[in-house]
Amino acid sequence: MTYGVLASGGPNCHLFSGCGFPAPGAEIFQFDAILSFSIGSLQFNISKVTFLLFLAVVLILGFFGYAFRKPKLVPRGAQSVGEMGYLFIRDGIVRETIGKGGDKFIPFLFTFFFMVWILNFWGIVPGAQIPVTSIFAIPVAFAVIVYLLWVPLGMIKQGPIGFFKNIMFPPGVPKAMYVLLTPIELISNLLVRPFTHAVRLFANMFAGHLLLATFSVAAFYLLSFSVIGLLGSAASFGLSILLTGFEAFIQGLQAYIFTLLAAVYIGSALHAEH
Amino acid sequence: MNVLTAVLAAGEAGEEMPSVLAVPVDEFIIGLIAFLIVFGGLAKFALPKIKETLDERANLIEGGLERASIAEAEAAEVLVQYKTQLAGAREEASGIRTQAQADRTAIIEEARSEARTAAASVTSAAEASMAAERAQAVSALTKQVGELAITLADKIVGETLADDARVRATVDAFIADLEGAR
Repeated sequence: MTYGVLASGGPNCHLFSGCGFPAPGAEIFQFDAILSFSIGSLQFNISKVTFLLFLAVVLILGFFGYAFRKPKLVPRGAQSVGEMGYLFIRDGIVRETIGKGGDKFIPFLFTFFFMVWILNFWGIVPGAQIPVTSIFAIPVAFAVIVYLLWVPLGMIKQGPIGFFKNIMFPPGVPKAMYVLLTPIELISNLLVRPFTHAVRLFANMFAGHLLLATFSVAAFYLLSFSVIGLLGSAASFGLSILLTGFEAFIQGLQAYIFTLLAAVYIGSALHAEH
Repeated sequence: MNVLTAVLAAGEAGEEMPSVLAVPVDEFIIGLIAFLIVFGGLAKFALPKIKETLDERANLIEGGLERASIAEAEAAEVLVQYKTQLAGAREEASGIRTQAQADRTAIIEEARSEARTAAASVTSAAEASMAAERAQAVSALTKQVGELAITLADKIVGETLADDARVRATVDAFIADLEGAR
């Protein structure tokens, strides 16, 4: 309801009122600290984003704790919904990419999917209206966790030398090509991979949120007693509603992609032939 | 990506604004902690239970399928047994029928032969009595005819031939002649 309005032109800034369009920018991703404390030399700032992050933690643990508290053989209510989530991760992601041997990674990937999804989902929840994953540190933290799992896992499963050998010398390629391929593979797998893993999620949520904010601000800004203003305002409002629906889809999709990629990385660590 | 670069540029333009690509250590650590809490809670408490339940359900369904296949095999066996018994019963029935047919023929044959024997004995008895009556009649007639003939001859010849041996022989010869002619 107040996308960027507070941060921009103020309550009386409308078209033809001598006020330029207060386009929302990076400032809508900045939140003041509600609470600050220090551990050692490190200062922790608890802001709206941090609060939403821990609210998500509570919601996820609360829902699945409740849904799976006493699972019945014949599921009903929350258990049915929770099971759908579990089976989606198990059959749709883990067994598709890793195979049945990947079942022990289900809790890990399950956590990722629902964390990312709920954190994305805050973007369209009235009152929250900020996807926590559009704060770069959060996707980075998640991508680092995935990276710190699959790299050591690959070294254990394939041996440290085998791990690097399999990354640098992909099979089925003419020997001369390795001159070109080996540096690319090394950089793309070990350096670019975690970066794109984090940025893909971040940039999608960031751009989506900015888009929503822009149209919401425009709807407010264009609201003036003129034909062009009313039409433009109505169109912007309609678009912001449409985009909210679109965002809902993107949020689920990005959570799926993030989890799927994590599963693919784990799979590549388990099975050398890739 | 255009939006991103634009925003980055905007972020650089405003002196105070930290870049959106900045990763403050506190946010990073809070992100890690949040993940670990959820992961720990789910992996330790919620997910093992549901995994167990799903496995149990899968086992139950598989067990059910196994039981069904056993029951099916049993049913097939019973069917085979039933069919065998049915075939046996049919065979038996046809044997009984054949036997009955044979018995019937035999009984009829027996009755027929009995009847024939009875008829034959009745016939022979009748024949015997007829023969006896006939013999009696013949001897009576022979005697009467002889006497009549003698009486007649007496009357014609005028003399008594009654106790004459010659006469008697003549009458016998005549009757024997008659019998021979017959």
